Amino acid sequence: MPLLDIQNLSVDFKTASGPFRAVDGVSMTVDAGEIVSIVGESGSGKSVSMLALMGLLPWTATITADRMLFDGHELAGLSARQRRRIVGKDMAMIFQEPMSSLNPCFTVGFQIGEALKVHLKLDRKARRRRVIELLEMVGIPAAAERVDAFPHQLSGGMSQRVMIAMAIACQPKLLIADEPTTALDVTIQAQILELLMQLQSETGMGLVLITHDMGVVAETAHRVSVQYAGQKVEEQAVAGLFADPHHPYTAALLAALPERATSRRLPSIPGVVPGQFDRPTGCLFSPRCKFATERCVTKVPPVQGRQAGYALCHYPLAGGRPVGHPGPGATIHPDLQEVA
Amino acid sequence: MFGFLFRRIGLVIPTFIGVSLVAFFLIRLLPGDPILLMAGERGLSPERYAELMGRYGFDRPIWEQYAGYLGSLIQGDFGTSIITKKPVFEEFFALFPATVELSICAMIFAVVLGIPAGVVAAVKRGSGFDHGLMATALVGYSMPIFWWALLLIIVFSGILQWTPVSGRISLLYFFPSVTGFMLIDSLISGQKGAFASAASHLILPTIVLGTIPLAVIARQTRSAMLEVLSEDYIRTARAKGLSPFRVVGVHALRNALIPVITTIGLQIGVLIAGAILTETIFSWPGIGKWMVDSIFRRDYPAVQGGLVLIALMVMVVNLIVDMLYGLINPKIRHTR
Ligand SMILES: Nc1ncnc2c1ncn2[C@@H]1O[C@H](COP(=O)(O)OP(=O)(O)OP(=O)(O)O)[C@@H](O)[C@H]1O
Ligand code: SF4
Ligand SMILES: [Mg+2]
Repeated sequence: MPLLDIQNLSVDFKTASGPFRAVDGVSMTVDAGEIVSIVGESGSGKSVSMLALMGLLPWTATITADRMLFDGHELAGLSARQRRRIVGKDMAMIFQEPMSSLNPCFTVGFQIGEALKVHLKLDRKARRRRVIELLEMVGIPAAAERVDAFPHQLSGGMSQRVMIAMAIACQPKLLIADEPTTALDVTIQAQILELLMQLQSETGMGLVLITHDMGVVAETAHRVSVQYAGQKVEEQAVAGLFADPHHPYTAALLAALPERATSRRLPSIPGVVPGQFDRPTGCLFSPRCKFATERCVTKVPPVQGRQAGYALCHYPLAGGRPVGHPGPGATIHPDLQEVA
Repeated sequence: MFGFLFRRIGLVIPTFIGVSLVAFFLIRLLPGDPILLMAGERGLSPERYAELMGRYGFDRPIWEQYAGYLGSLIQGDFGTSIITKKPVFEEFFALFPATVELSICAMIFAVVLGIPAGVVAAVKRGSGFDHGLMATALVGYSMPIFWWALLLIIVFSGILQWTPVSGRISLLYFFPSVTGFMLIDSLISGQKGAFASAASHLILPTIVLGTIPLAVIARQTRSAMLEVLSEDYIRTARAKGLSPFRVVGVHALRNALIPVITTIGLQIGVLIAGAILTETIFSWPGIGKWMVDSIFRRDYPAVQGGLVLIALMVMVVNLIVDMLYGLINPKIRHTR
């Protein structure tokens, strides 16, 4: 049984201008000890789906799912109190902005120790000992002194290390890292990533790594889930994904990867992720897809089989060719074709 | 920290001179003078009038009078009341505890009700409680003190007869002043019912004086909490599996208190202004009432001295509030 098993998760927000579906029927599984990466452009619902899992969304969000099993517990049925026994203990999360994610009014030691106090009921002395141990584990020098430091005395990289120490304090079975390096300097990024990998292999926890960065995906993940506009459009083992992407969106992401460029940030594909007001009919990627046909605009694409990477597409790619595509003449964006 | 303290004390000196200047000239702008008012209806012969004016030095050029006044202020001499012939300093501090007692009670009233109300309104944003509280706060803030006091007196003292109308304690009780705070002195005296009497005399003035600070603090707490609750570190706290009570009461409140404490500090001035009216209405024998009486008597030294001493007190309190920040916000503590 997988550690995490989500089936058909949707999140709807009540907004002033009507309901908005930020996550649309996403399924994913994570095994113990596995690293699964979620990639996709900004606004594709990566954070929202994981926040839904953690129970951290505001009250304006409505969460529906066929199944949300974690470690054998159905999360959807749990009361808030029962859920808090899991969140922060067996399932932890770190965030994109380490500096603003730490409370400026409390010491590092206090903030890490809180989880130990609430979940493990450690006394003050044991907490302090464990916090120092954790700070050493995440590579913070002079840990015994840093316990009493306040967040404003730490750099961004140090803050993220503290966040990681906080997240692994109770030895979680699953760690969700939401773009843990995006806000950091390039040199620090590599260090933090390395730390996460090392901790993951030492503890054998499952790791969900949300990222923009295909380079990070290639180096770290076992399996990749590609999200677009709230939907999962493809899922594959990492080698397969880079060798033979099945969804045109994945292919476009990879094609735009600048091989020789210094930056490995997610390259841009013409156009933007549709938001609340410009949701296309049919396939959500159709306004930006060079293979899009009349059918793509009118009919919602099916989920393909395992061999086709569960691609959400009418014409899943195989070896770079759209299977069952009527030919270049049928595409509705000839301009995109030329660019690509 | 000490550098900060010295800088702040350095700022006090020009403020002090400014206040003395304003106090000195403001009271002299009022028509009439103390000699005429003392004489009353009987009138005064021009010779006697000139003699009395000379005795108090009121016939000297005004700048000379001010310079002399400032000179004695710097030596710590706050002058002598023309009416009671007692040193202003002594009179002020004899009455000061009554005002402090009332102000502290009003502030406690405002803080104890205002902060929780603001927190609940923020957490239950958009609820009936939130809307109700904000509407009430608006009304409370714009309520004229005089009218509000009279309304409360009519209802609670007049119709319901629950509370006394004026004074600090029933005339039945008499005991020496030890601390100057009636609540404490009445307890020390050991007389049965004395404390209850003192407390019941405090209720209405406390409510009247505390209403505006209460409204301001509730609103400030609400808006500070709303801001803090959307911060990333609140999400972190919730991601740790902490109870909502701990997230709001520890993680959010500590941060929200920083602007709230500023507001409380700023309310001290409002409180003094309110105390003058409140003490007058409730015949509360504090410096507010004493100042009003002194103004009516054109007791120049008393009014001047009183204003300067009040200003000094406000400055000291603000200094203390500034130091309190550091205790709550480590960032400020370290950058000082
Ligand atoms: N509280 C909210 N209320 C309404 N809409 C929201 C809320 N939170 C997120 N959204 C919307 O949900 C969509 C998905 O957001 P999400 O933060 O999951 O994107 P993301 O894939 O994590 O992007 P990024 O890479 O920028 O972090 C966005 O369009 C966003 O505007
Ligand atoms: S369904 Fe059509 S538009 Fe959508 S990704 Fe596939 S080919 Fe492109
Ligand atoms: Mg995100």
